[in-house]
Amino acid sequence: MNERTMLIEEENICIQENLVYEKPKTLLDTPMHYCPGCAHGVVHRLLAEAIDELGIQEDTIGVAPVGCSVFAYNYLDIDMQEAAHGRASAVATGIKRVLPDKYVFSYQGDGDLAAIGTGETLHTCNRGENILIVFINNGIYGMTGGQMAPTTLEGMKTTTTPFGRNVSLMGHPLKITDLIAQLPGVYYATRVAVNTPGNVRKAKKAILKSFQYQKEKKGLCFIEVVSNCPSNWKMTPLESNKWLEENMFPFYPLGDLKSPDGKSIKAAKGE
Amino acid sequence: MKELKLMKGNEALAEAAIRSGCDAYFGYPITPQSEVLEYLSTYAEQRTGMLVLQAESEVAAINMIYGAGGTGKRVMISSSSPGISLMQEGISYIACAEIPCVIVNVVRGGPGLGTIQPSQGDYFQAVKGGGHGDYKLIVLAPSTVQEMADFVPRAFELAFKYRNPVMILTDGALGQMMEKVELFEPIPRKTNIEPWATVGKPKTRERNILTSLHIEPDKMEQINLHLQAKYKTIQGNEIEYETYKCDDADVILTAYGLVARICKKSADLAREKGIKVGVFRPITLFPFPYKQLSKLSGKIKGILDVEMNAGQMVEDVRLAVEGKIPVEFHGRMGGIVPAPDEILQKIVRMDFFREEKFAGELI
Repeated sequence: MNERTMLIEEENICIQENLVYEKPKTLLDTPMHYCPGCAHGVVHRLLAEAIDELGIQEDTIGVAPVGCSVFAYNYLDIDMQEAAHGRASAVATGIKRVLPDKYVFSYQGDGDLAAIGTGETLHTCNRGENILIVFINNGIYGMTGGQMAPTTLEGMKTTTTPFGRNVSLMGHPLKITDLIAQLPGVYYATRVAVNTPGNVRKAKKAILKSFQYQKEKKGLCFIEVVSNCPSNWKMTPLESNKWLEENMFPFYPLGDLKSPDGKSIKAAKGE
Repeated sequence: MKELKLMKGNEALAEAAIRSGCDAYFGYPITPQSEVLEYLSTYAEQRTGMLVLQAESEVAAINMIYGAGGTGKRVMISSSSPGISLMQEGISYIACAEIPCVIVNVVRGGPGLGTIQPSQGDYFQAVKGGGHGDYKLIVLAPSTVQEMADFVPRAFELAFKYRNPVMILTDGALGQMMEKVELFEPIPRKTNIEPWATVGKPKTRERNILTSLHIEPDKMEQINLHLQAKYKTIQGNEIEYETYKCDDADVILTAYGLVARICKKSADLAREKGIKVGVFRPITLFPFPYKQLSKLSGKIKGILDVEMNAGQMVEDVRLAVEGKIPVEFHGRMGGIVPAPDEILQKIVRMDFFREEKFAGELI
């Protein structure tokens, strides 16, 4: 194939009927600041796809946390608020209570949601606020440079647990999704991942379902995305995905922890 | 028709919130302001559809204010000193993101858990920033139950005029005491959508982002310069103060809130004894009436500043008079309210007063 035919073929690929993949309308062109291999970009895209497919861009308000996804509002073409560390679900509560017919979601990391914001998380879930909480759990504080998070696994090395997390000193990793799944205000709690195409599709389905439930005013939907952090885990993206499967999934098993059809809870029991 | 009622300060304030067309209130119980949350929980929803939500903490409540206020609605929160301390982080974010809201501090004695009795110990916190970074609240200080009501719609007006949080700084005595109140006509709830509000992005405009994060120093400095310019405008436009018998006064008492009221009585007692005492009462604590007080200080022998704290507003009084005349201070703490004759005794014992030999026969 000479250079000329290659060019022609590329042009053909770009014509509308040949497209198999395009940027969701709700995802902006801004280059992302996330590290190579990080899950945030994929989850942002899934949110944008879901918002596009449901046609709710004009009615969706997002809340960004403090942490790596602090700049989430730079990438999504929707109205957004930036919350203080840990308070995103309280901010989302404020928005939703005065605009009950809009779609509201918060997007939070493990330090934000399960350490400094535990109180807000539990009570927002317990009140059954009709919002979606997207929870990125990569077992580490990414933005501040790889310190221990509430979800850091036992024995896992971080900059503040250089000899591995010693649970007798630092407590146990917190399975907050298992905890909130017990609350009557929570309608749907699930744990997904975006490390393989199959898992990406499941994660997207969870987001679509959650917005649908929000439309039906069913109560709180909670999606934990068990994620990697290649930079702070000090691994290549591929290594980090392998580590994710071998270490994170056994402790944070994927699946529904609470689902409206009652078929949940395999994951909750850790089976 | 004018509606007259006998009400507690906290109730008058809550009633005024409903009548101001407030859209949402978030709160958490704390003495001596729990009546605000209780009154609103009882009456607000059925009267105007106003949302009232008891949060799990003051921290959550102020962040609910951030969220709801960010939709451009009229939102209010109230607490007392320890609770307001917990809110400082949120207030700093709100000030930077320029979210209009009304924050009420029914001050009690501190530091720490302190006492549930009245105090003015939170002046610095309210007026000089409170949380981190360079920001200002507009601070209104009522001195009667009537003003507890009247300052609520005023506070909403200022909050939206400047996209700035407004604090009503009152105290446990004003919150708890009952007085006659003339209630204003109800103001309808808001229907207009603020152009900056996050309500969902229509195709006709760019997305609205409410944030206090600007990681590039150049941008963050611009944000700061914008805020400082706004505060300067507020300083130029919104100063309110009250003078009482200042025209012929030799001595002026400076005080705000409840204490200003007590000082008026002290001034009357002093005048009975032939001492010409007036009262200068800042109503807006930020913006502080520096120029007005400075002008007045040219005509008098000295100032006695009276507060229910260890001396906080007195620093602004001294900044205003720039050393031209003596400024002395009398303060009570820990929930003690100074009595009118106690202040009078202080007046006649002031150093500058004795030097002038005003009071020889009076002591």
